Amino acid sequence: MSVAIKAEKLSKAYQIGEFSTGTISRDIERWWALARGKEDPFLKIGETNVRSEKSGSNIVWSLKDLDFEVNKGEALGIIGKNGAGKSTLLKVLSQVTTPTTGKVKMKGRVASLLEVGTGFHPELTGRENIFLNGAILGMTKSEVKKKFDEIVDFSGVERYIDTPVKRYSSGMYVRLAFAVAAHLDSEILIVDEVLAVGDAEFQKKCVGKMDDISKGEGRTILFVSHVLSMIKSLCKKTMILEDGKIRSIGASDEMIKEYLSSKKQTNKVWEKGSVGDHVAELNSAKLTDENGKKVEFVDLNKNTYLEYTYTVKEDWVNFHPNIHVFDQNGNYVFVTSDDKMSGEQKKRKGTYRSRIKFPKQFFNTGIFTIGLALTSYPGTVIHFFENDAITFEVKEDLGLRTNAYTGPMPGVIRPNMDWETQKI
Amino acid sequence: MDTKTQNAGGEDWDLVITSKKSWFDLQLNQIWRYRDLLILFVRRDVVAFYKQTILGPLWYFIQPIATTIVFTFVFGNLAGLSTDGLPQPLFYLAGITAWNYFADCLSKTSTVFRDNQQIFGKVYFPRVISPLSIVLSNLLRFGIQMMLFIGLIIYFLTQGVSFPVGWELLLFPVFVIFMAAQGLGLGMTITAMTTKYRDLSYLVQFGVQLMMYATTVIYPLSSLEGKMYWVVALNPMTFVIEGIKKSTLGVGVLSLETFIYSAFMSLFILAMGFLIFNRVEKNFVDTI
Repeated sequence: MSVAIKAEKLSKAYQIGEFSTGTISRDIERWWALARGKEDPFLKIGETNVRSEKSGSNIVWSLKDLDFEVNKGEALGIIGKNGAGKSTLLKVLSQVTTPTTGKVKMKGRVASLLEVGTGFHPELTGRENIFLNGAILGMTKSEVKKKFDEIVDFSGVERYIDTPVKRYSSGMYVRLAFAVAAHLDSEILIVDEVLAVGDAEFQKKCVGKMDDISKGEGRTILFVSHVLSMIKSLCKKTMILEDGKIRSIGASDEMIKEYLSSKKQTNKVWEKGSVGDHVAELNSAKLTDENGKKVEFVDLNKNTYLEYTYTVKEDWVNFHPNIHVFDQNGNYVFVTSDDKMSGEQKKRKGTYRSRIKFPKQFFNTGIFTIGLALTSYPGTVIHFFENDAITFEVKEDLGLRTNAYTGPMPGVIRPNMDWETQKI
Repeated sequence: MDTKTQNAGGEDWDLVITSKKSWFDLQLNQIWRYRDLLILFVRRDVVAFYKQTILGPLWYFIQPIATTIVFTFVFGNLAGLSTDGLPQPLFYLAGITAWNYFADCLSKTSTVFRDNQQIFGKVYFPRVISPLSIVLSNLLRFGIQMMLFIGLIIYFLTQGVSFPVGWELLLFPVFVIFMAAQGLGLGMTITAMTTKYRDLSYLVQFGVQLMMYATTVIYPLSSLEGKMYWVVALNPMTFVIEGIKKSTLGVGVLSLETFIYSAFMSLFILAMGFLIFNRVEKNFVDTI
């Protein structure tokens, strides 16, 4: 079988921290400060710690030495946590940005779909947008013309094809946009999480179309998704990315199993040693019950506390501790910070402990991860931000359910709402 | 990047993505491949403009007419500046129409990266298509404004004013290309630099206005002497505007030397714009 995509030592670095300040006047100011031997007034302290383990240098390797091959006609799924490098990889492969080192070789025309409806203009009609979007995605006018009827047919908006798309419902808009993309005529197709759009019925149609593309038409597909079932049904092979490297690559079933089990490793305690900058450091973190005892998992029907300690090394820092909660699919659930700290207390150096109460019946069952951070103002300086510091599973004692339903409840959170029902 | 590359194994690759950035790899073949997109972008800009405004193309007339009236009053009547013996409204309208085209090309292309951030971050196509489409869609606007200008010429012809226009009229399209080249080249340079320095875009707004006064829009080059003459003459747009006046109204400075100077400067500015733009386009997504 011939190789369609071959990546060799592909790496991509992003520079963070000291960087251009963005304006000439500030660059001159910085240059003047440095020339007089003073500190750089615009150095953003702590930014280097946004991604763990990389402190000490202001280069973050979003992708590091990736080697892989994709055969012609093969569909490769790509999975990984947030920040694992999936989107960077897709950006490099779609030529939106260039790699820092290494290379990728490809055979055949490449089309990439990082978003549906890129370049759609609200004032233009559906017909005009089909041509425009097709051209943006790399089709010529005659190619779009050839497929025009198919596209319109697939989208199901033929009645409104000469109406400006600003009058479309969001569902129609997405259907039209996907229809154009689905009819791209390229040997290699790079697809980001775009299938999670539209209503359930249309989603099914999209997945079916993707299936045709990979199995029937013999085209090569790279497919990123958080929806593991979709990866499973579309791709034979899957690659797990982790911290910018390939963790493993192999048959999709096995990879998904491996990925899920790696995520299930919940750590209720964080004790890596201190991370942070010269102003503040994170020391430890744990999940506890009401009595301050460490818990193994979160019981849906009990209050749980997150406790973390940190040292503030300078006086008069206006700091705000904050935490960032994600669900198992990497979705941001919420951010919360302690904003009521005031007066002398917060301004003195020393070691602090922040305790956050997660009330019972708040999280739904499932796995959640928490990032711990400390930010100070003015300037929104991040002193530490430890991603994935705590991972926990929320479990439920089914015996406590008061209704007859015993299956899993959908949703990310499961708050106990005040219901009142009366016969009237 | 899209060239057939023969590697050691003797395999054919259609596309090789590397970090290599050559200063002179301008990918002109890529522009040709995406020519349909160029046309569609122009169409989009024009159609969207018509649909979003009540007055539609009337807007194209209002601005030059209003400016001409103000200039005629302020510079013609109050300041009494020379207009090379031409009727004042005609002299100003010629300068304004030409200058507007240059200024629009420059200011719109100078924000290309910022305006297209979203789309550039999601899909690849030769980035240079965007500034090119701006220059072309502005050409349409320029054409419409030229009709106003021609209308005014006809009016003055019926009033008995004669214009000594000769073979120079043939050079008119060439001067339009020079204006487009300079606007495009400068705009691309600025947009490439604004990915790093945002404050440059503020400079553009009043920079273009100031530059107009250093170009022969509101006064003829023939009215200047000595040092001032040379300062204004070295401005690459000056001989282009003079050339446009000479070719359409028969009055203005045009010689073989000034033509060669305009051609050289236009080419130089355009090449500089292309090179700098090309340098930045591949990674600007990471910095903006």
